[in-house]
Amino acid sequence: MAKVIIWSSLKSHTGGESNLEIEAGNVKDLLARLGETYPGLQPQLKRGVSVSVDGIIFRDGWLTPLKPDSEVVLLPRMQGG
Amino acid sequence: MSSIKVSTTINGDPTEYVCEADETLLDVLRNRLGLTGAKEGCSTGDCGACSVTIDGRLTCSCLVLGAEMDGAEIGTIEGMASGEKLHPLQKKFIEHAALQCGICTPGFLIAAKSLLDHNPKPTETEVRFALAGNLCRCTGYDKIVRAVMDTAAEMRRA
Amino acid sequence: MPLDNAESSTRKYKVVGTRPNRPDGVDKVTGRARFGADAVAPGQLVGLILRSPHPHAKIKGIDASKALKLAGVKAVVTSADLPDKTDGDAMLYDVLVNVMAREKALYQGHAVAAVAATSASIARQALKLIKVDYEILPHVTDVDEAMKPNAPLLYPKMITDGMDPKPKKPSNVVRRYEFGHGDVEAGFKKAEIIVERSFKTEATHQGYIEPHACLANVGPDGQGELWVCTQGHFMVRDTCARLLGMDFSKLRVTASEIGGGFGGKTTVFIEPIALALSRKANRPVKVVMSREEVFKATGPTSSSSIDVKIGATKDGRIVAGDATLRYQGGAFAGSPVEFGAMTAFAQYDLDNVRAVGFDVVCNRPKQAAYRAPGAPMANFAVESVIEELAHKVGMEPIDFRIKNAAREGTHSSYGPVYGPIGLLPTLQKAREHPHFKAPLGKNQGRGMACGFWFNFGGQSCVSMNIGVDGTVGVTVGSPDIGGSRASMCLMTAEELGIPYDKVRAVVADTGTLGYNDVTDGSRTTFATGMACIMAARDAIKKLCARAAQIWGIPEDAVVWENGHAKPAGSNAGNFPPMSLKEIAAQAPSTGGPIAGHHEFSADGAGVSFATHICDSEVDPETGFTKILRYTVLQDAGKAVHPSYVEGQFQGGAVQGIGWALNEEYIYGKDGRLQNAGFLDYRIPVCSDLPMIDTVILEIPNPGHPYGVRGVGETSIVPPLAAVANSVSAAVGVRMTELPISPPKLLAALEKQSAMKKAAE
Ligand code: FES
Ligand code: FES
Repeated sequence: MAKVIIWSSLKSHTGGESNLEIEAGNVKDLLARLGETYPGLQPQLKRGVSVSVDGIIFRDGWLTPLKPDSEVVLLPRMQGG
Repeated sequence: MSSIKVSTTINGDPTEYVCEADETLLDVLRNRLGLTGAKEGCSTGDCGACSVTIDGRLTCSCLVLGAEMDGAEIGTIEGMASGEKLHPLQKKFIEHAALQCGICTPGFLIAAKSLLDHNPKPTETEVRFALAGNLCRCTGYDKIVRAVMDTAAEMRRA
Repeated sequence: MPLDNAESSTRKYKVVGTRPNRPDGVDKVTGRARFGADAVAPGQLVGLILRSPHPHAKIKGIDASKALKLAGVKAVVTSADLPDKTDGDAMLYDVLVNVMAREKALYQGHAVAAVAATSASIARQALKLIKVDYEILPHVTDVDEAMKPNAPLLYPKMITDGMDPKPKKPSNVVRRYEFGHGDVEAGFKKAEIIVERSFKTEATHQGYIEPHACLANVGPDGQGELWVCTQGHFMVRDTCARLLGMDFSKLRVTASEIGGGFGGKTTVFIEPIALALSRKANRPVKVVMSREEVFKATGPTSSSSIDVKIGATKDGRIVAGDATLRYQGGAFAGSPVEFGAMTAFAQYDLDNVRAVGFDVVCNRPKQAAYRAPGAPMANFAVESVIEELAHKVGMEPIDFRIKNAAREGTHSSYGPVYGPIGLLPTLQKAREHPHFKAPLGKNQGRGMACGFWFNFGGQSCVSMNIGVDGTVGVTVGSPDIGGSRASMCLMTAEELGIPYDKVRAVVADTGTLGYNDVTDGSRTTFATGMACIMAARDAIKKLCARAAQIWGIPEDAVVWENGHAKPAGSNAGNFPPMSLKEIAAQAPSTGGPIAGHHEFSADGAGVSFATHICDSEVDPETGFTKILRYTVLQDAGKAVHPSYVEGQFQGGAVQGIGWALNEEYIYGKDGRLQNAGFLDYRIPVCSDLPMIDTVILEIPNPGHPYGVRGVGETSIVPPLAAVANSVSAAVGVRMTELPISPPKLLAALEKQSAMKKAAE
């Protein structure tokens, strides 16, 4: 089970929890599961997110495989100038 | 609108054009003569991207009318190199990485050449004030000032 | 996939890290380089845009009949010509509405109609003949005013997202963000010293010297060409094609040389209008913005209002940090407040931290990304409080920062745990730097600040063709905004083992390569550079295979070293090494052209930290601040072309200095921008500044084969606070509002002396 950390203002959609556990093989699956389990997160997922997997930021790369003990941090979709 | 016929010299070449009364010299250079080296950054005399020389004087070409140029000698960036030989300023700007995007570069080169023509041994402060009419948003001016100072030193040695 | 590359720290580079002349240098010093406004097409028309004079107004009708009757006018377009094809994509819909107002004009300068005519003067006359029937609505331009309960609403049905419980009443607040960890309240209970302050910053413009420009040409067969100055021509293609209902592949977009962007050219403004005009007129149409239009209708950054509270123990350890950030992003959702909230405390190692952000709409132009979007303002607020707190604790601000600095293993304020990062080295180097010990005179002060930016990778596609003469053409799809072609050539030459001057990089149009993301987020040298390296490795594989065939040995028995194919060992065969040039020369008769490709989405862009030191002198008579000395210390991972890395540091620092001292959007009570020109919106000029000293640190990024990190954005993050801290040190008054313009500084000095008198 990958550990998923969401940012604080999303907690209202997950019953107050910011540390979640999700079973998923890659980032794409993980985001899909997340949306199924917590439908309140759907609008944000649709608006776009980036993730950090074990400290490395992925703006895209949804096929990145996850290890069973991976720590995934949900981030707003990265932008730059 | 009635057109006005103008005879000038541009970069040493006799040039004739017709323009409308409200066209700036910058419009004429860019749109009628295909000399797009002078850039329009503001059209209000604030950025110096359109710098040219008129009878040897540094001028913003966006602030003068094309119709006023009869009999004038105009110098633009296109006339700075002689044949395949770049002007020392042009060479030093490349070597010092004094340009990032390069939109301000023609204006800076014209202004810097005009400075060195009048003052072959400028101090850093003199360079900074001489170039204060030219805006660059990319470089923070550091490498531009260095390139100009280095050119001046090299031209003195030559 | 991020690479785990230990080679980057030990590798000896031959070409990377040198400072050769850039490939586009001669074109740019001779005036030959072609920028956005420098293109012409046969029979082209001039396109001009009519803009709303009102900050907020209902558009009841547009009558263009008189304009259309004017001889020489070939087309008029309004929002009716841009039907909504966005298919529920809210962000794209906002782009559409920003390109051309629909029911309402949302800010002064919002486009409402456009004409294409045979000359500029006819087009100008035509604009005057278009009659727009406006119903003026109340407006709001200040972020704090916009959040008040009775503020005029831009979107009467908008309910703030991200609030618990959900608000019942509509407001101008789009969304609430919260980041952080630990227990902030508990942390503050442990604090022995707390500093709490409120700050405001004004909107600033990216201020690229080249106004937006494009030349569009669309035929009735649905095929089109677009020449445009942009940071991302693939983005322009996809966005315009979607808005206009064209097939992506039938619109070919060519990126001109670009005269600065800084984030401001990462979206579309005039491009869909030029295409719509061209389609209607069936003629090429050129649209070039005036400087006034650039200020009024393209992306400034957000203005902000920020509260910060930080607590520490007497021994100088921060125990809690809390910030509330309010950013207005103009008339549309999407101010970069989430990045402000994420980066506010990113440079510290904190157990208890919280940052709350509110994204607010106002009757101002839609904000566009500006170098490290959202971070500089948050950094200004936090680093100002840090400096003050250090003084209260009785520590040198630099030691206080070192004590609390984020390091490898720190749980960052925005979530992830840091890998190897370069913050501490920049601080240590700063403390040793001569600047730090230089004496100061009267009315002079020294300030410092640390800053952070994420950086990211994104999609890149690169093609590399080896000529029979042994020279190499690299085709990239990332517009070069500051010398990146030189870096691409350097990395290609390094990998292939050939001289720099045997490689040429060109930026290709959208028909030539697969999708490349916008040149932003400091991604090009990192991601497109990595694609060049990978494409070179692909070419090397083919070169080795070719050598193997020529020698008649297995492919895996050939290795590539120093630009030569060699048998892997003595038992592979005894052949003299064959150079790239020798293999290339035989290509036509040994199987045809040799090329390398790489297409991918790069991740693993390492985060980047910087420390800036600033000395300033204040004239107490006039309130004028002069920057005396400025030093930038930043981690670049690996500097591919050090001159252009320094240039990024210097340019970002100076933009930040402008933001801190002069630059601001000034609105009148009428909601109109009062300083839409370079005379009154004053960016720093040459005589305002000293040399900008730079120190490049190289802490390799494990996610790049050479250890490269993006460097373009971090440099604008610390200057706001570094300058404000130095001015505050010079005058003994904490400056909490930017810009620190002379009138503001004089007012602060007067207030201080009045308070001193009252105390006596
Ligand atoms: S265009 Fe002439 S000074 Fe700016
Ligand atoms: S190099 Fe871009 S404006 Fe000077």
